[in-house]
Amino acid sequence: MTIAQTPPPAGGPALSVRDISKSFGPVKALKTANLDLRAGEVHALMGENGAGKSTLVKILAGMHAPSGGAILVDGVQTALPSPRRAAEAGIAVVHQELLLFGELTVAENVFAGHYPRKGGMVDWAFMRRRAQELLADLDCHDLDVDRKLGSLSVAMRQRVEIARALNHNARVLILDEPTAALGERDADRLLEIVLRLRARGVAILYVSHRMNEIFRISDRMSVLRDGTYIATRNARETTEAELISLMVGRPVDQMFPKTEVPIGGPVLEVRGLSCGPMVKDASFTLHKGEILGIAGLVGSGRTELAHVLFGVTPAASGTIHLNGREIRIASPRAARDAGIAYVPEDRGAQGLVKPLPIRENISMAVLDRISPGGMINRAKEAALAKRGFDMLGVRASGPEQIAGQLSGGNQQKVVIAKWLQTNPSVLILDEPTRGIDVGAKAEIHRLICELAGQGLAILMISSELPEVLAMSDRVMVIAEGRIRATLSRDEATPEAVGHAMTARRSAS
Amino acid sequence: MIGSTTLPPSGTGAVRRFLREYGHEILVALAILALLVGVGLYNPRFVSARNLTTIFSGNAYIAVAAIGMTMVIVIREIDLSVGALIGVLATISGTLAVSGAPIWVAWTVPIIAGAAINAISGILVAYARIPSIVVTLGMMAILQGGLITATGGTWISNLPPEYLLAKMTVLGLPMPLVWAIALTIAAGLWMRLSPFGRSLYLIGGNAEAARAVGIEVPRRIVAVFMIHGAFAGLATLLFATQLQVIQSTTPPNLELIVITSAVIGGVSILGGTGTVFGSSLAAVLFATIGSALIFVNVSAYWLRAFIGTLILLTVMADMLRRKRTMKGA
Repeated sequence: MTIAQTPPPAGGPALSVRDISKSFGPVKALKTANLDLRAGEVHALMGENGAGKSTLVKILAGMHAPSGGAILVDGVQTALPSPRRAAEAGIAVVHQELLLFGELTVAENVFAGHYPRKGGMVDWAFMRRRAQELLADLDCHDLDVDRKLGSLSVAMRQRVEIARALNHNARVLILDEPTAALGERDADRLLEIVLRLRARGVAILYVSHRMNEIFRISDRMSVLRDGTYIATRNARETTEAELISLMVGRPVDQMFPKTEVPIGGPVLEVRGLSCGPMVKDASFTLHKGEILGIAGLVGSGRTELAHVLFGVTPAASGTIHLNGREIRIASPRAARDAGIAYVPEDRGAQGLVKPLPIRENISMAVLDRISPGGMINRAKEAALAKRGFDMLGVRASGPEQIAGQLSGGNQQKVVIAKWLQTNPSVLILDEPTRGIDVGAKAEIHRLICELAGQGLAILMISSELPEVLAMSDRVMVIAEGRIRATLSRDEATPEAVGHAMTARRSAS
Repeated sequence: MIGSTTLPPSGTGAVRRFLREYGHEILVALAILALLVGVGLYNPRFVSARNLTTIFSGNAYIAVAAIGMTMVIVIREIDLSVGALIGVLATISGTLAVSGAPIWVAWTVPIIAGAAINAISGILVAYARIPSIVVTLGMMAILQGGLITATGGTWISNLPPEYLLAKMTVLGLPMPLVWAIALTIAAGLWMRLSPFGRSLYLIGGNAEAARAVGIEVPRRIVAVFMIHGAFAGLATLLFATQLQVIQSTTPPNLELIVITSAVIGGVSILGGTGTVFGSSLAAVLFATIGSALIFVNVSAYWLRAFIGTLILLTVMADMLRRKRTMKGA
């Protein structure tokens, strides 16, 4: 390996950000960002959505030119006018949305844009060998570098992207929300890789919302708020609560405000539900006022189960009873009419109609109801939108604001408001707080508890174990398409859930 | 964005909301007015009632065809075959008219045939999941080729006078103008006020989300293509009955002019936004520009270059606007 064979001068930071600012038109995304990144440290960059983390990352990646301030690499002021120059300066970035080529092979992706040459032609032998070496270093010993990238899992693709970064002899590696799309186990392995790179002297800037991860691997944390540098803390000398209050600018009393709600009779009874390889013989009962958490790794079949219940991929066999009546769910429309609502995993792609105002997003599931005589009753629609808007506390100028302009947390509130209009008896939430900042997360959690308090039966899927454990009345663990365990609130410890997730089935 | 919640209260006034919602349409209307005043000062004959009725009436069929095209683009599809379709429908209609069929048949058949032919495109797009640009490119070639083969390039003449709809008037106004205005208002209100109309914006804005709330997206796609075909039929009636003869070739670049009308009228090529008021106004704008060029003695060949520039500028403005208003999730 050639990473960090020449460590930077002892003591001095490998990368310094001095008073960097960035404006997009009238919008100031960054006001004064400061950061010192030392060789051989993992430095977490924290802040709520909109705090300016992504902008800073893009400036360091050479994708945005800063409006002011300076960047010092090994103490030397350096301009980063393009991603190529940033790479030459030893800065590599693994972006949240992986920038890879699905139709090319792994090796080609590792070398994308920098193909090694031999006699004017691409040196395939070298490329394949080197890609293999780099990936072996990242715990991917048996990955076939001739495979098309598109056929790999997200975790594998991410490693290819890291391999690409390391191929440039990066001394500074920036990871932007690297575990956001990973399940617990893949996330763990990624963290191990990060620690290994740190041991080699790479300076790592780690952007993440996940507190437990940050405390596990970081040496120091820096917080941005509203585009401004707030503080840097040593991991050993700070607490989660302190960091959150630095990020939010006020103390957040409780991350998971679980309230006790009386649990009523059964609402949704699922028996022997199967669909393809990802949903096998699922049976469970969901009660009025209950929050049933679903824990499972990405690819365990948890989202697929939600899709079957919502009619996206109708069940091949099994029965579903809703409020005592057997129902068949052949399409999302049937699910909606039966009283099942689904807030999807990727709200941007599947939930929100970004170019339309909040009002039209909230009313879209009940257009028929507010259109007596075949025409939309605008007064009814406005009233309904206003109610949803107020009830969920959406922060915007009003129901007429364009949905795409909202922050992640507020977009999620709009999607939930839309489904509440259908008066559902079952609400399925798939990753309700993914990519949402801490403050808004607590609000969404409070909201979920409120809804349960009103008698809604809630099925909540989440990759964040603390969230599942704290919010759920019972936890259902799914692995390889099967429900492996259903644990009561008291039984559901991280160890018990983790065990159920990974344990092999004893029979067959 | 917690902590910075002091967003200014805006958009409460009805006027403000109207301006924001119809800003693009107003801009196009102002451009027409500016052109009329400017060229009118240079050459008063340009704004004579006679010239204005001639240009607006003669181009009314473009506005009518652009209504259907607007719906197609709003759901994030495209139709390149509309010019060829109008050519085929004109020949069908004209043939019926000279063969002694009742006039109402000659008038109705193109509307039904337009819907039927476009149903094929719609089904291929919605159910076979072939991109609409490919489907309609193929359809365009089939219609053009079929037309030439079937007619051998002969013209239809001796059209009965009572067939010539475009030459009729209502209350002194030319029929095409009346139709274009009435159809624009009806379609515009329908798209704005009906659940069906709203669903088109939902599909164009996010088809996945539309499906999740129970909108049957593939069916809507077929329906929109059929409605668009029916509007192409209506446009055919206004187009084919202007003269005593019907050429058995398709009007060159007609699809381009129709698509351009929609786009310059504010229909985003990325789907999800735009109105037929805008597309019809843009059709009027083209007609005005075309005539104005003649009145200020500029070669009419500049018209296409001019419109080409306009379409690029409009799309650029649309992209910039999206970039400004849609930050990532």
